[in-house]
Order: sequence, then structure tokens, then C-alpha cells
Amino acid sequence: MADIRYSAPSTIDEAVRLFAASGGAKILAGGTDLLVQMRSGAVSPGHIIDVKRIAEMTSIAEQNGSFRIGAAASAAVIGEHAALRKVWPGVVEAINLIGSKQVQGRASAGGNLCNASPAADSVPAMVAAGATVTLQGPGGRRELPVEQLASGPGRTTLAPGEIAVAITLPARPKGSGDAYLRLIPRTEMDIAVVGCGVSLTIANGACTTARVSLGAVAPTVLLVDGAAKALIGSKLDEAALEAAAAACRAVCKPIDDKRGTIAYRTKIAGVLLKRATAIAAERARSH
Amino acid sequence: MSKLHVTTTINGEPTEFLCDARETMLDVLRDRLGLTGTKEGCGSGDCGACSITVDGRLVCACLMFGAEAEGSQIGTIEGLAEGEKLHPLQKRFIELAALQCGICTPGFLVAAKALLDRNKNPTETEVRYWLAGNLCRCTGYDKIIRAVMDVAAELRGATR
Ligand SMILES: Cc1cc2nc3c(=O)[nH]c(=O)nc-3n(C[C@H](O)[C@H](O)[C@H](O)COP(=O)(O)OP(=O)(O)OC[C@H]3O[C@@H](n4cnc5c(N)ncnc54)[C@H](O)[C@@H]3O)c2cc1C
Ligand code: FES
Ligand code: FES
Repeated sequence: MADIRYSAPSTIDEAVRLFAASGGAKILAGGTDLLVQMRSGAVSPGHIIDVKRIAEMTSIAEQNGSFRIGAAASAAVIGEHAALRKVWPGVVEAINLIGSKQVQGRASAGGNLCNASPAADSVPAMVAAGATVTLQGPGGRRELPVEQLASGPGRTTLAPGEIAVAITLPARPKGSGDAYLRLIPRTEMDIAVVGCGVSLTIANGACTTARVSLGAVAPTVLLVDGAAKALIGSKLDEAALEAAAAACRAVCKPIDDKRGTIAYRTKIAGVLLKRATAIAAERARSH
Repeated sequence: MSKLHVTTTINGEPTEFLCDARETMLDVLRDRLGLTGTKEGCGSGDCGACSITVDGRLVCACLMFGAEAEGSQIGTIEGLAEGEKLHPLQKRFIELAALQCGICTPGFLVAAKALLDRNKNPTETEVRYWLAGNLCRCTGYDKIIRAVMDVAAELRGATR
């Protein structure tokens, strides 16, 4: 077996330097994807760079109503953050759907995003929320909308040596709410057949802003502009919901597998849109 | 290959070990430290037989590198009983026959203890969801859930 190194730097600069210096290195956050992939032989990094000793990457900070979640903060830590749960219940629920309690003790939103699975549960919720991810590499820092990070199953637009540092959820006006729903054959511990995130704002009974995202129906998580357009300006009546559901069905390019056929996944995308919108709207009205 | 030197605390005992970078905490516990109470079912995070706590958090030892234990507090099944005195969960599992072959049992006990350390009054639904990451091929789960609910009630009574 080839030699393999382990480093646990305490600063981002040091992590980036190590990451950029060694070809074949992998960032380790919670390891709930990485260790499974190493065990199966799918990946065999020569250097493992553990970023959990970097305070900025494992903590959550609130600033003028926006939240900055360290890319390696665990789902358990995120779920216990009361203020975050209050403002972004859909995002927190999505992150807390990942695996079991054991997996949640380690799994991070940054890992879920950078692993680039089309079925990653936290990603549609973050996309709907309008989240951005801060990246740092040898060339400095940049900010990217979350939906632009994955370029295909298991593939990202990260430049060589680039690390996801944090995810930022924007401040939101009064009357806003979000929700994430996934369909799985079991009630726990399964991979989404379809996932749908909705975030919206309601003022005077009408929807003023909306973002809709779908997971597991295309090679990457999708931002569905057509569905958002159908909701914005409406009173979220049946006609608007059906138009948004149709927009969701129209963008689906799913695979056919044992979890669901193309026809089933496409139909469910519209169903979840309606249900997630109802929950988000209910939350918006009570905020 | 040069080994990593790790200093950690396991069940309250300061512990040092040497390991390779690729070795999981599960391998370290079982093969280097002789703490074989923590079991390996799947090695991929699905079964919970390898459940341990790290700084109070429930995790799968099979999804953690031994090197990551540096400076942390690890809790394993070996830390549940106090000498010969079984933890109330261990006692009740035996009394209610909440185990048959037993391979899943250490994981269930460590996970259930992590729940009760946080929540003394869980609903049955909360117990079932909390333990969803622990698989058992023998008991059908019901006796395990009863045992955990019983112990929660017992611990509440004792602290009242
Ligand atoms: C039993 C089990 C159940 C699961 N259930 C679900 C589920 O229901 N829903 C779901 O979506 N997922 C699920 N997963 C998959 C996994 O838990 C999630 O994708 C998790 O969010 C990954 O986070 P992590 O911190 O463990 O990532 P890691 O395994 O540490 O990393 C994942 C990948 O991203 C890279 N990476 C990590 N952090 C960064 C960073 N900051 N910058 C750059 N690259 C980075 C790593 O190099 C690696 O390639 C499950 C996994 C297991 C084992
Ligand atoms: S051996 Fe770790 S979860 Fe199964
Ligand atoms: S008692 Fe045999 S697997 Fe649980």
C-alpha cells in the first residue's frame, strides 16, 4: 500500500498551502463520504488534510441577519443552533436529514456540497436559500453561488488547491420561510429519489420572492427559475402551484434506477414542489 | 512507513497509540488497543455497531481516522459499566432480552446512552429516530426500544 500522509492544520492558509502543494491530496471534513470512498477503493489520496482543527471552518456566526456556516461544521452543531433554525428551518432540516445521528455527528454541509452528489440533501435547500460558498485557493478568495459548485456527479468547479471555507445564508426580510422535502422509500437513512427546496417571501398575501431547487433529477442540483417565476406575484393559489409544478417537471432529466423510474421521479418533483411551497408559505406567514 | 503518534483520552484514561494515517479509529480500538467491545458490522457507516462518542458526540468509529482522536475524549462501550456494576441500560437490555446474538448491542448501548445524556424524557418516536442508525438482525427492535424507554423513566425517577 502506498504511503499516505495525514495533516491537521489550524489555519486556512496552511490548509491551502498543503493542499496546493501535494497532488492527490483530499480534504477531510466529516469523512462520511471520504472514508466510504477510500474503503471501496474509489479514491486513494496520498495526503489527507483534516480541516476540523480550523475554528473558522467549524463554527457558525451571525452577522446582521446573515449566517456564515463553517464548511466543516457538523450537522449536529448546525441542528443545535437555535437562531439559525429559526430563520432557515428548511436548510437546517435538510442538513439534519443526512444519515443517522452517528453520521450527523460528523457530516458537514461543505462535504455534502463538495462531494457533488446530485442527491445531496442539503444542497437543494441551500440553493433555494440563495446561499453562497466562500472558496480559498492559492489565488485567493472568491464567492460562488452554491448551485455553481457541482459540475456533474462527483465533479466540481473547484480550482486545484481550492477549499470551501464557509457557506453564507443571506439576511432575509420579514415574512420569509423555507422548506426542504425529499422522497425516500424508508423514513430514515436513505438516498433521495427526489429532493425539493423552496424559499419564499410573502407580503400582503402575495409571494414577492421565491427560489426553487430540485435534487436527484439531473446530473447536478437544479435551480428552477421557471418555478420561481410562476410563484412570484401570485397568492400561491392552485393555478400558480400547478404552473410551478409543471416548470419543475419540465426541467427533470433524471436517471431510471431501482429507486425510481424517470416518469416517477418527474411526477414526484411536481408533488414535492407543492408540498414544500405549502410548508415554506406557512412558515413565512408565521414569521 | 512512519507511524503517527496520537495522544488521546479513552473512557477517561489518558491513552497513547501509534497508527498509520489510513487506519480508522475502529481499527485502532480493536487491533491496537484491544478494546474489542466496539464491533465492525459494515465498515461504511450504515449499521452503527461501531458507535463511540468523540467529545460527547455520537459517531461511527469506522468513519473516523485514528489520527483524528488527537486531544479528544473518546467514549466506548468499555466505559459504560463501573467495574462490575453494569450501567442501567446494560442491566435492562439483559432483563428485557433486548439482545440475541449481541453484535449490535454495544453500538445500541453507546447510542442510547448518548441520547439519555442529552434527553432524559424522549418520546418513543425520538428513541426510534435516534437509533435509526443502529441495525439489528435479531430482536426486531421492539425490546430495545422498550428497554431504552424503561431506563429513561428509571433515571428520571432516580434524579427526582
Ligand atoms: C450511512 C450514511 C448515510 C448517509 N445519508 C445521507 C443522506 O441521507 N443524504 C445525503 O445527502 N448524504 C448522505 N450521506 C453522505 C454524506 O454523509 C454526506 O454527503 C455528508 O454531508 C458529507 O460530509 P462530510 O463532512 O462527511 O464530507 P467528507 O467525507 O469529509 O468529504 C466529502 C468530499 O468533499 C470533499 N470536501 C469536504 N470538505 C471540503 C471542503 N471544505 N473544501 C473542499 N473539498 C471538501 C472531500 O475531499 C471529499 O471528496 C450518508 C453517508 C453515510 C455513510
Ligand atoms: S461498522 Fe461502522 S457503521 Fe457499521
Ligand atoms: S442482537 Fe443480533 S444483531 Fe442485534
